[in-house]
Amino acid sequence: MALLVCAAAAPAEPPRIRVGSKSFTESYILAEMVAQIVDETGEARAERRLGLGGTGIVYGALASGDIDIYPEYTGTIAQAILKEPTLASVQAMRTRLGARGLTLGVALGFDNTYALAVRRDAAARLGLRTIGDLARHPGLRAAFDPGFLDRGDGWPGLQRQYGLRFAEVRAMEHALTYPALVSGRVDVIDVFSTDGQLARLDLALLTDDRRFFPDYSAVLLARRSLAERFPRTWAALQGRLGGRIDNATMARLNALADLERRSFAEAAATFLGRSSAETARRPARELATLTLEHVWLVAVSLTAAVLLGLPLGILAARRRRLAQAELMGVGVIQTIPALALLSFMIPLFGIGQLPALVALSLYALLPIVRTTHAAISSLDPRLVEMTTVLGLRGWRRLAWVELPLASVTIMAGIKTAAVLTVGTATLAAFIGGGGYGTLIVTGLALNDVGTILTGAIPAAVMALVIHAAFEALDRVVVPRALRAAPSASN
Amino acid sequence: MIALRHVTKRFGGRVALDDVSLAVEPGTTHVLLGSSGAGKSTVLRLILGLLRPDAGEVRVEPTAPMGYVVQEGALYPHLSAGRNVVLPARAANWSAERQAARLDALAALVGLEPELMARYPHQLSGGQRQRVSLMRALMLDPPVLLLDEPLGALDPITRASLQAQLGRVFGELHKAVILVTHDVREAFVFGSVITLLSHGRVVQQGTLADLAQRPADPFVTEFLSAQAPPPEMARELRL
Repeated sequence: MALLVCAAAAPAEPPRIRVGSKSFTESYILAEMVAQIVDETGEARAERRLGLGGTGIVYGALASGDIDIYPEYTGTIAQAILKEPTLASVQAMRTRLGARGLTLGVALGFDNTYALAVRRDAAARLGLRTIGDLARHPGLRAAFDPGFLDRGDGWPGLQRQYGLRFAEVRAMEHALTYPALVSGRVDVIDVFSTDGQLARLDLALLTDDRRFFPDYSAVLLARRSLAERFPRTWAALQGRLGGRIDNATMARLNALADLERRSFAEAAATFLGRSSAETARRPARELATLTLEHVWLVAVSLTAAVLLGLPLGILAARRRRLAQAELMGVGVIQTIPALALLSFMIPLFGIGQLPALVALSLYALLPIVRTTHAAISSLDPRLVEMTTVLGLRGWRRLAWVELPLASVTIMAGIKTAAVLTVGTATLAAFIGGGGYGTLIVTGLALNDVGTILTGAIPAAVMALVIHAAFEALDRVVVPRALRAAPSASN
Repeated sequence: MIALRHVTKRFGGRVALDDVSLAVEPGTTHVLLGSSGAGKSTVLRLILGLLRPDAGEVRVEPTAPMGYVVQEGALYPHLSAGRNVVLPARAANWSAERQAARLDALAALVGLEPELMARYPHQLSGGQRQRVSLMRALMLDPPVLLLDEPLGALDPITRASLQAQLGRVFGELHKAVILVTHDVREAFVFGSVITLLSHGRVVQQGTLADLAQRPADPFVTEFLSAQAPPPEMARELRL
């Protein structure tokens, strides 16, 4: 019997193909298609690393070898990845990418380019048909996705090309721009030509009459080793997806997920002609897994932050000159936006839990270092001086007098760090770190408040639970007399 | 033996002590008398090694340990009275039995119930806290005992009873004691030798009778007569 168990467990893990995606519906669905074809072909097992933020993160993961394949767009490859905006042909891109150990599959068939959308009634009233028509209405308000706002082939170039001017241009998460447009809070948004929302909402797409937007044909971007090691899989991906998905099909699949609340796996299975039963989601089990992942993220990063932050805080309290530089350094980390800090981790640690843990630990450092430093350096100088007279030196002075006296303040700093970390840890999902953020990222992609809340509410509950747990921990860590008597002996 | 020779100490531009000399022999109690800001506490901190003189010499033999009691005690609020008292013994790696035995002996010496040793400083009266602080200073049986306004924060009745008790304790211990005070009556109770300080300078050194009857300076008389002396003191000094 034992032999049987061993025999069953012994065979080497089947090789894995790690499939990535960005955090929007279409990318999720295409990646699901890839994963399902990988599993069907049987050369390797698909491992899903979906919802990895934007191009910088998911491409970084591919380049560092943390994923093997993900769906990308030719325009993005030319502009954002190769930084050769004039590059047009897939063949030329394939050659350039070859030098980086990467390859491109054949185009999938649809072109998800940028477009500008307005409400249909507004289009009729203002006589808006082309993007050029917008130049006559400088009083309009626009909301653009941050990616669109920044990239050369997005808003900055478009503005120059058409001479556009708006009363207000604000950055907004893509999924949120639709409700903003429909409710009339803004008048113009950027959309993708395959958005599922376009069919349902009464929107008008403005013609790009000067052909500003480059071609955004969907392609599979993969590591060359994938095509070489798994030729049948690579051939199956090309054969079943290459040239098979037109704009209408993609928009319909997007609508399936965005509007009809089907899972990405289901939408992908629908296209591949598979039964959807085997891909049905099991939300209860998923929540349990995500809770464990989230607890793990918070517990490990907080422990690391305490182990690093306490000595740093003590050191800062001991060395006044060092303190300034140290507190400034820790403070600077805090000013880096969490998402940027997470993406900085990719070249160093790849994607997944490790980079998320490192970034979260760094983030939790500031409140711990700062309160430890403040608590120890503001102790009653007469009490500290007395340690010298009594012959307490080194760690004894620290452990017997300074840390117990500072414990109330230090614990408050750790508590703050813990609650902050529960919230920040939801961003770990953007680099494949798991946790409740997975649901939030998915919900944002689907513009589904329900899904967002299934991630956000447990995170809020966990923050409360952790706060309560630390209140209880105070009773263990903080000396009894310091809890009972705030004024103590003086 | 404690000796200061021509000691000068500055804090920034301010001169805290200016050419101060004094000597204290074992078995004697030396009172540093003066108004606040006269430099009395600075003398103690120089002897403790918490400060270094800018000029002159500070000699203490043997160097350590020294017992130190300050106004309001400076007891650690997170430790019980007993834990406060044995802290220097723990630092010196005494056995638990030796610590406990010494704790009992000291409690008896200063007249505190052993049960009080389990209380935290905030659960004790001001007088009890000062006696606990004295116990802590005496824990390692130091040859030198330094007291900085030890009774300064106490009410008059507690103060009077503690003065009497301390006088008796000092008599039994045969230590070199330096007591800082601004209170002439305290100087009368404790002091075999008195050093009167003003603005960092020694105005006069001697017994209280010397100061009263042969003042070196009009300030001495002014300082002594500013505080109404108790009858027995006036009688003895023929003030």
